[in-house]
Amino acid sequence: MRTVEAMLVAEVVARLCEEANFVLEENIHSAFQRGFEEEISPYGKEVFAQLLSNAAIAAKNRLPICQDTGIVVVFIDLGQDVQVTGGSLYGAITEGVRDAYQRGYLRKSVVNDPIERTNTKDNTPPVIHCRIVDGDRIKISLMPKSAGSENMSTAKMVNPSKGWEVIKEFVVDTVERAGPNPCPPLVVGVGIGGTLEKAALISKEALFRPVGHRHPEEIKAHMEDELLDAVNKLGIGPMGRGGRITVLDVHIETYPTHMASMAVAVNLLCCAARYKTAEI
Amino acid sequence: MEPVRITTPLTKDAVAGLRAGQQVLITGRILTARDAAHKKLIELLDQGMGLPVDISNQIIYYVGPSPPRPGQVIGAAGPTTAGRMDFYAPQLIALGLRGMIGKGFRNTAVTEAMQKYGAVYFAAVGGAGALLAQRIRAARVLAYPELGPEAIYEFEVEDFPVIVANDMYGGDLYREGRKQYALDKGEDAYA
Repeated sequence: MRTVEAMLVAEVVARLCEEANFVLEENIHSAFQRGFEEEISPYGKEVFAQLLSNAAIAAKNRLPICQDTGIVVVFIDLGQDVQVTGGSLYGAITEGVRDAYQRGYLRKSVVNDPIERTNTKDNTPPVIHCRIVDGDRIKISLMPKSAGSENMSTAKMVNPSKGWEVIKEFVVDTVERAGPNPCPPLVVGVGIGGTLEKAALISKEALFRPVGHRHPEEIKAHMEDELLDAVNKLGIGPMGRGGRITVLDVHIETYPTHMASMAVAVNLLCCAARYKTAEI
Repeated sequence: MEPVRITTPLTKDAVAGLRAGQQVLITGRILTARDAAHKKLIELLDQGMGLPVDISNQIIYYVGPSPPRPGQVIGAAGPTTAGRMDFYAPQLIALGLRGMIGKGFRNTAVTEAMQKYGAVYFAAVGGAGALLAQRIRAARVLAYPELGPEAIYEFEVEDFPVIVANDMYGGDLYREGRKQYALDKGEDAYA
């Protein structure tokens, strides 16, 4: 069986945390450039100009793209033929987050308990989702998730007999109610099916898909186009100042579900769209 | 659209000249406060005590900066969601607070207080914390250092770029902006 040192996992997690916070993903950068060219609202254009300039300053000075450096959400695909040695996997991930937030001068935003709310001062613990997959690799995808956009995200159990129309209405309504608060231009992840928690989980996984990439199934790809068109007709625009680009892209993920259920979760990702992936 | 330049402290006359949608560059000293600091300030007022900082004719920036690297003035320092401070803002406006910087909607209690006492709400670009930090020339903690990023700071800013989101006449950039660009649902879209 292949072995991987826990210390290596910690190092990779730390590097991904820092890179995600300092260096904007290439696909988001390209979407900002397109937005700057295509947005007809002068206010919106100005927002794209500031976001592009911000990305350059952040990367050059190793400054966070946004001061809300988030709570770190980590997805692990753990191959069933690999073993972590010299420490626990979860311990290593937590150590990597702690190290990055200290050495990278990142803001510590995590509180120990949702009721008591004392800052843990090292931005741990992260939120970890781990699944066992085939192979002998460890795939790490992480996202420092800001509160502004997470706070405007939604989930709902809808009537399956009403189907697509009610899903569409719920997604549009979520973006509309959120208005300027989640820092548009957004990426919207829509999780449909499974159970309440499964829909929420896949709505977050959907955010890792690059802007412009469509669902491999044609019918769902069309649904994504339809939703993107509908939310951008709202006129909210960049930072809610009015414009035609409120959302950069909509990504749908689905899962089989109970014949009587239809869960829908809508996870919003702000313009400081930060995520990185690596494989060990 | 040329930006208007203003300096702090912000007078009521200066506020009276601002309209929703105007781009503004702020120069001078501003205060910072977010959730925890607001809670403490309001607790003091409720107990009939004075505030640790003078807010009269001042601007409060809703921000929780990331820590500075050695030699830096401040880390990233963009706006946080203003709506979380709606519960506290009217009392501060009544005491002479003249401006607020944040991002996102304000509720009607805040916009009514702004109209009654003469105050303005500016929006800065969320997600542009690295860019905005370049316009902060000095930073020092004035109160509640134990709150870390939630402490009350005094920032010295130069040409700090914001836009008037809500003015003292009921003007609302979010409403007007959306009305102009909404398709299909048209003007009914904004409740």
